[in-house]
Amino acid sequence: MIEVSRLWKSYGPVDALRGIDLKIEKGEFLTVFGPNGAGKSTLLKILSTIIKPTSGKVNIDGIDISSANEDARKRIGVISHKAFLYGNLSAKENLLFFGRLYDVPDLEKRIEELLAEVGLAHRANDMVRTFSRGMLQRLTIARAIIHNPAIILLDEPYTGLDQHAARMLTNLLKKLHTEDKTIVMTTHDITNGLEISDRIVIQILGKIVFEDRSSNQTVESFERVYFEKVGEGK
Amino acid sequence: MGYYFKKVFLIAAKDLRIEFRSKEKIYSMMLFSLLVMVIFNFAFEPGAEYIKDVAPGILWVAFIFAASLGLSRSFVLEKEEDCMQGLMLSPLDRSGIYLGKVIGNFIFAMVIELISLPFFAVFFNLSLTSALPPLMIVIVLATFGFITVGTLFSALSVGIRGGDMILPLLLFPMQVPVIISAVKSTGLIMAGSGIDTYSQWLKLLIAFDIIFFVASFVIFEYLIEE
Amino acid sequence: MKEKIKTILPYVDLPLIILALYMVFIYAPTDSYMGDIQRIFYFHVSFAWVGFLSFFCNFVGSIMYLIKKERCWDILAVSAAEIGIAFCLIVLTTGPIWARPVWGTWWTWDPRLVTFLILTFMYAAYMTVRNAIEEETKRARFAAVIGIIAFLNVPLTYLASHLWRTIHPDVIRPGGKWGLDPAMTATLRIAVPAITIFFVILLLRRMDLEGMRDRVAELKKKIMKEA
Repeated sequence: MIEVSRLWKSYGPVDALRGIDLKIEKGEFLTVFGPNGAGKSTLLKILSTIIKPTSGKVNIDGIDISSANEDARKRIGVISHKAFLYGNLSAKENLLFFGRLYDVPDLEKRIEELLAEVGLAHRANDMVRTFSRGMLQRLTIARAIIHNPAIILLDEPYTGLDQHAARMLTNLLKKLHTEDKTIVMTTHDITNGLEISDRIVIQILGKIVFEDRSSNQTVESFERVYFEKVGEGK
Repeated sequence: MGYYFKKVFLIAAKDLRIEFRSKEKIYSMMLFSLLVMVIFNFAFEPGAEYIKDVAPGILWVAFIFAASLGLSRSFVLEKEEDCMQGLMLSPLDRSGIYLGKVIGNFIFAMVIELISLPFFAVFFNLSLTSALPPLMIVIVLATFGFITVGTLFSALSVGIRGGDMILPLLLFPMQVPVIISAVKSTGLIMAGSGIDTYSQWLKLLIAFDIIFFVASFVIFEYLIEE
Repeated sequence: MKEKIKTILPYVDLPLIILALYMVFIYAPTDSYMGDIQRIFYFHVSFAWVGFLSFFCNFVGSIMYLIKKERCWDILAVSAAEIGIAFCLIVLTTGPIWARPVWGTWWTWDPRLVTFLILTFMYAAYMTVRNAIEEETKRARFAAVIGIIAFLNVPLTYLASHLWRTIHPDVIRPGGKWGLDPAMTATLRIAVPAITIFFVILLLRRMDLEGMRDRVAELKKKIMKEA
């Protein structure tokens, strides 16, 4: 479970986050929508301990991440539109590297399973720089879940993917969701975001301005709400 | 603690594997180091006697230029697919990232220097065999000093627009104590002087290494964390 | 309180500077060996001391910024660095003017000259880095890292160039005795505080200026939002 309370982040005179309160239950899939500059990435980076907040608290399973973030980091997997993978290492070498950083037990076997799961078993020994965008994104997912994290954070994972790759990503996320992982995703992609998540929020100018269960919204109704809210924020 | 160092070496090994595989960096650093020696040769009279006096200076200019070329690429690797964020997400303490990068850069620079050394002896017609053991001490100490600050500034410069232009501006003035000490002690060693003549330079190098290793080790976390 | 000091300081410093000028040019005896050119020494030493002091202020500001992450420490650091560079340039100009007639050369690789030259280079790089970064917190953070490392390097640079070669006139002789005429010492004792207070005035003004820049940026943003 993730609890965010009164989270505030300033970059000098610019306030990226202005008091975010969120509670994400274990096994819940939350999607954060919002225009560019809403501070969505900043929020995820704070949750993943990459950035320290100016004020406010984040608790992950009861651990305050500012005090014990090495423990927190083991529970978190991050997928962004950047891969965090080395082009001049093979898919397997990349996973070996990150797996060892997390002390994953029985690593070789885990990598084999993961590569099969994301459909890259046949490319295990190829250099990552030869991969297409879609393949890279699938390997990114394997990298992010190699240590079997309870929480998965996704920052604009659909950016730069074609429809086919986006479909695959959606299916993989659905599968992760059924495995009782807590998932937080930011995206612009209303159709995909609405389809796979349990709950949706809209973040504008560093604040949460709308919150609802995904099942209460259709793509049309949510698009209407979204543009209305973004219009107000301007 | 054992886990910490295991991961530190993991990062260093990863860097070395990538660099030795692509060879781009090793070739360009190697050629650069040799070119500096050759170009400097043309600046002096062929076969002049004083060449022995300026040779240590040329050696260290070649080493330091080549090493800074390598340093400028060190964190580019981590930036391309935002791998730095990947490292920061791992349970390894941030200082471990610095330590891993330092070890990788140090080994890499040492390899380049050890390959350049015989060429240096040939170009300047010097016999280095007897001077080799003390010379190795100087090379290790000076290279380590150069790499400690260099790695920190390399991480800094990738975060700046036009950072590869700025890195030498930061590095070279910082390295003045290292350059002076290395050149002086190399000169004394090649002239066959005893350790008491250059021990003060070694002490200075050791002081530099310790001060900047500790300072960079502590500061690195503040540098990369927003 | 702070404002009061700011108003009072120039009135304290002005008579002090006039006194220092009087002492430097009239009261202090002409050096028997170097002649009138030696009088540049009082300014040279004062500016060198203040140049060093300003880099120390930069060092303190840098450390405090990394710990506290407060803008005011960054303001102190940047203001001190800028003034430090200006004073270093004065030191590097007055040095050769003095050296030319006395040593017969504009430039010598004397340890103190080398140290000041390298300092100037380091803080010039510091300013270059600042100018290359738009984002305020990142600029402050990166600059602080350089400020700390650069200052730690000062003693080592000095030591290295000192061991390397030295021909600078040592005014403070071994054993702590001044190798100067008492009137010369007295002049120096007035000139140094006069210039130091001058530095404090400059520093406070420069910090105000930086604060005003922030305020302008803030107001601009507000206007843009309203428009």
